[in-house]
Amino acid sequence: MKKMLYESPSIQKLNGGMMNKFGTRTEYEPVKQIDGVAVQTMMAQYGSPLFVLSERTIRRNYQNAVRAFKTRYPKVQFAWSYKTNYLNAVCKIFHQEGSWAEVVSGFEYRKAIGNGVPGNKIIFNGPEKTNEELELAVNNGSLIHIDHFDELYQLIILSDQLNKKPRVAIRVNMDTGIYPMWDRFGFNYENGQAFSALSKIVASGKMELIGLHCHIGTFMLSTDAYATAVKKLGDLAWKCKTQLNTSIQYIDLGGGFPSANTLRGSFLPGTDNVPSVDEFAEAITNGLLQLGFGADELPLLILESGRVLIDDAGYLLASVIANKRLSDGRRATILDAGVNLLFTSFWYDHKISPAQDFTQHSEDMVLYGPLCMNIDVIRQSINLPILNRGDKVVVHKVGAYNMTQWMQFIQMRPNVILIDEQGQTHLVRAAENLQYVEQPERMPEHLKPIDL
Amino acid sequence: MYLKKNIATSESGFIFNPSSGDSYNVNPVAAEILQQLKQGTALAAIKENILKDYEVEPMRLEQDLEDFMNQLKEANLLEN
Repeated sequence: MKKMLYESPSIQKLNGGMMNKFGTRTEYEPVKQIDGVAVQTMMAQYGSPLFVLSERTIRRNYQNAVRAFKTRYPKVQFAWSYKTNYLNAVCKIFHQEGSWAEVVSGFEYRKAIGNGVPGNKIIFNGPEKTNEELELAVNNGSLIHIDHFDELYQLIILSDQLNKKPRVAIRVNMDTGIYPMWDRFGFNYENGQAFSALSKIVASGKMELIGLHCHIGTFMLSTDAYATAVKKLGDLAWKCKTQLNTSIQYIDLGGGFPSANTLRGSFLPGTDNVPSVDEFAEAITNGLLQLGFGADELPLLILESGRVLIDDAGYLLASVIANKRLSDGRRATILDAGVNLLFTSFWYDHKISPAQDFTQHSEDMVLYGPLCMNIDVIRQSINLPILNRGDKVVVHKVGAYNMTQWMQFIQMRPNVILIDEQGQTHLVRAAENLQYVEQPERMPEHLKPIDL
Repeated sequence: MYLKKNIATSESGFIFNPSSGDSYNVNPVAAEILQQLKQGTALAAIKENILKDYEVEPMRLEQDLEDFMNQLKEANLLEN
């Protein structure tokens, strides 16, 4: 006789109190495949844990975002935010689609050059730009976004030395009704600092002032804030035209559009309360068209979106190492992927699905990672079917920031694969090994011998 | 270790404790274990029976049984 399917015995107290209006279960169906490729097959071939990126989703997200803006405004350019995910394969997909590069360090700048992006299509942001890096950017004709007065004067001196006119914009910070206000980057609009910087640039005669930039925040849930930003940048652009006799060629609104992830502590799930790219596009382009520029002098709109274009294209596949019962009776499940790989679990309640069939019985549990550190918690509380040692799970929407902010801490970083549009898998970053991690280390001679 | 005499169990996995008014839901393997506990079957024999009927490794079952008995104790469903 064939034996019956086994599931760990579980008992759940039935509570007659208030119903949870969102239901209790998070998952009803196992996620057995991504873009038609079986989770089990990928993990058998590439190991566990494993990052998976969907090329189809990246391209679809990009094309949808471009469509949302281009159908509403004639001049739009996206620049891929390198810090969101600077795996070269990812950057190349965006560049193939027509995206420029937006970088915030010399390291990212060189990556963009290495990826074949022409210098004049690289936007150089960020508070730290060394003389050497700025020289490279000036010589390449890149768009340099000035962050502070020290950098402004640094560029004036450099342009003298190089006898070249850098192409520049300033980063502007402002009150858009969002709390906390981001005022650590760029020049403030309200106190007149931004216009003062613009005046100095024009008065120096050493630089070509071509744009205005702002980045009002991250994971913005309000489209109104963007409308306010457009109005204030538009005001500066008018002042440049009328008072400084300089036409602003582009307005760069940065990024900040949210993905559909659920922020920790959020009442509603992300899928319910996050505005769509179309809603942001509507607010931004309406604002731009109302600035009063003639059809032939409309500034180019640049967007540096990162998260919204890649978050849902990334998955983290992980395996269950163990189950245990905590002192208060809660179940704890330990996975082989922790906060070392999933930095975003500090901000989000990530959606997590089992990758194999399960019954309707579920339990509230804590999900821990493999690190021998108390901070390693993937989900404080999640209702999932009982997972057994060796079971697989899929963590959703992890494409943004994890593959750049991951830590080589206690464990090494695993393989990252890309599923192309034909359903073929490609290794795009190999798992680290001891040799790779120790390669930059040097051992002083006197520490070499040990005798235990 | 025995289930308290007054605990009502159903084959479909509904458990009721009339002295506290609490009710519980259990999955099929747990329901099977509870039925046998109620009939006074010893834990070792229950383990044998489950191993015979279900697709499970002995070591895993031992771990699960211990965890489950602890949960029953926590829920105050076992005779002292």
